[in-house]
Amino acid sequence: MINTLLFIVLPYVALILLLLGSIYRYRFNRFTVSSLSSQFLEGKELFYGSVPFHWGLVFLFFGHLIAFLFPRSVIAWNGIPARLFILEIAAFSFGLLTLSGLIMLVARRVNTTKLYPVTSKMDVLVYMILLVQVITGLWTAVGYRWGSSWFASVLSPYLKSIFVFNPDIASVSAMPLIIKIHIVSAFVLVGMVPFTRFMHFLVFPFTYIWRRYQVVIWNKKQA
Amino acid sequence: MNIRSQIAMVFHLDKCIGCHTCSIACKNTWTDRKGAEYMWWNNVETKPGTGYPTKWEDQNIYGGGFEKNGKKPKLKSAGKAKGLTTIFYNPKLPAMDDYYEPWRYRYNDLFEAPEGDDQPTALPISDITGEVMTPKAGPNWDDDFSGSPDYARNDVNFKNVSKEEQDALFQLERMSFFYLPRMCNHCLNPACVAACPSGAIYKRGEDGVVLINQEKCRGWRFCVSSCPYKKSYYNWKTGKSEKCILCYPRLETGQAPACMHSCVGRIRYLGVMLYDADKIKYAANAEERDLVKSQMDIYLNPFDEAVIEAAKKAGIPDSTMEAAQKSPVWKFVKEWGLALPLHPEFRTLPNLFYVPPLLPAMASTANNVYESTSESLWSTIEQSRLPMEYLASLFSAGDKEIVKNILKKMMAVRIHRRNKTVGDLETDESAKALNDTGLTPEMADAIFRLTSLPLYDERFVIPPSHREEAIQMMEETHEYRGETGLGFTKKPKRGL
Ligand code: HEM
Ligand code: SF4
Ligand code: SF4
Repeated sequence: MINTLLFIVLPYVALILLLLGSIYRYRFNRFTVSSLSSQFLEGKELFYGSVPFHWGLVFLFFGHLIAFLFPRSVIAWNGIPARLFILEIAAFSFGLLTLSGLIMLVARRVNTTKLYPVTSKMDVLVYMILLVQVITGLWTAVGYRWGSSWFASVLSPYLKSIFVFNPDIASVSAMPLIIKIHIVSAFVLVGMVPFTRFMHFLVFPFTYIWRRYQVVIWNKKQA
Repeated sequence: MNIRSQIAMVFHLDKCIGCHTCSIACKNTWTDRKGAEYMWWNNVETKPGTGYPTKWEDQNIYGGGFEKNGKKPKLKSAGKAKGLTTIFYNPKLPAMDDYYEPWRYRYNDLFEAPEGDDQPTALPISDITGEVMTPKAGPNWDDDFSGSPDYARNDVNFKNVSKEEQDALFQLERMSFFYLPRMCNHCLNPACVAACPSGAIYKRGEDGVVLINQEKCRGWRFCVSSCPYKKSYYNWKTGKSEKCILCYPRLETGQAPACMHSCVGRIRYLGVMLYDADKIKYAANAEERDLVKSQMDIYLNPFDEAVIEAAKKAGIPDSTMEAAQKSPVWKFVKEWGLALPLHPEFRTLPNLFYVPPLLPAMASTANNVYESTSESLWSTIEQSRLPMEYLASLFSAGDKEIVKNILKKMMAVRIHRRNKTVGDLETDESAKALNDTGLTPEMADAIFRLTSLPLYDERFVIPPSHREEAIQMMEETHEYRGETGLGFTKKPKRGL
């Protein structure tokens, strides 16, 4: 029962919230779509927080994505122990990088009174869910080796079953508690996107890559 | 030729009295809001001095503007590759302490303090935290502080002035300063636009005003770090950047911007300049010594038949053309060659031009009589209270001749007028002074008039805006729905 709730209902609620909520916010409350930068108020410690945190996250995100999309290639890669070690150590390092950045960010928020006026209640939730997410991730990596191999064979099929609307929770239900928390908090995070600053990664400015540098807008249509 | 029209400006620095009325007019109109307290879209600096934000001119610190590069100028510390890889932390962003922490006084304390032995004081309260604070800097903190070791001596424009010269300059009896009012230059090659990853900043085609779309801005703050003039500001409360809008709602209704309208010294002029947009990339990429000239070459003569023809073809309305012909900016900048861009080496092609200050010229005496021949006046320009290197560093990318020529012209106008009104100079002397500087008596009189006695509509020649036409002429008005008009009317509330 509880497993159904956590691994079937929650994921779908989260994904629907992500989809509809983000569209709604972008459409009707576009002004608020950003991460409310606080670099102006505190610009030194932020560097040691934001940079490792984000770069760590970017790599972790793509790591998870690749494992999900190409489970077989990952298993094949891991066939040679040396390569498995390289992969695991790299992933773990990015996790540590993210965690150290995150701790820095939280400490900065707490210690800098100037940041209080720009810290919302939702930000508290954001930090909490991120801490849970990253710590359980690292714990999994240490406690339940080797994640990069069993993820591909156990969790990728589960995630896939969610996306093809044929949820199969047999394998996740049997997971140890820590891993379950990691999965649940991931879906909570996804569902929180439209209600928090998380929204900012959805508006990563890709178009800058191909647009011209200068922008001119005319009232009158130009020939 | 790709002809366009631009609202441009001239500030006559000899006339600025440093009263800050302009700044207050702007503040009251636009930035008296939460998150914008520290912003001065218009500010007035004492020069020599470090300005606001501190040392804004030093691009080694702030990395603003463009650099010369291959075919097109390149953003100094932003752009596609640099911007997108440093997006998690903008390395060149000025922080609050580079401007100042805004505060207000708790005046109520003056009334509500209990009776005591001391006078009650109004304590300064931080606009950020709401707590009592000690102000350490303010928007015009170094007002009138010429010679001060912390401010004037740290002015980057002294980089080519020797230590000895500086020491001499800051001796009490020689000390001098002038005011530099600054605002967004609504540049032809705006660094803020080029650096914005969201594409939220744009130049209006019709009048060249540079604006930030608040709904599109995602607060990446590259405009703030890339504007070499530091005229784009981050609103810490809304998480969006803001800048001078050249009072476009006023311009569109034929009124001068608030700062210009209120200017006590009447130093400000505003008018149309026509330019060739195809030449922007060459002008912005010229050799440093050619920068002023190449920018001047971009502007087109509104009396030239070919230009009039091309303007018509490009759809520039006759009324705009007429405004261009009456433009005081055209006169100061091109016809008389009296005004220069501020820091052309930033390569944004700014549209705010400054008539450099003549300052109280250092008079020289011979036999206890003031020398007043033009020969001696020319040489006093070179011995002016501020070294030419200093002015050249501000207005001509280091070329002293350019500045000197302008100061000579201004001096020639004075000689000419003195001859005319006081009559104590040799007429030859005055004719020679004009001749030396390439002015005619008519030009000198016109310069005198527009400098000293201009009426409101000579200072501000604002072309009627044609938004109504632009929309009505279109059959398919529905296509414009939501594109023009009020923009968004919600409160800029955050908290997510
Ligand atoms: C590649 C896409 C992303 C970009 C471009 C990006 C960019 C930014 C920027 C510019 C800030 C503001 C830093 C500041 O100046 O105060 C920020 C803050 C933040 N970002 Fe991201 N981010 C991205 C992805 C993510 C992701 C995937 C997450 C988490 C799931 C995330 C979580 C956060 C958090 C929690 C903050 C607040 C940091 C703080 O102020 O303490 N970001 N991000
Ligand atoms: S002065 Fe700065 S903000 Fe204004 S247009 Fe130029 S680059 Fe942009
Ligand atoms: S209002 Fe005019 S005279 Fe006064 S400081 Fe501003 S520019 Fe100078």
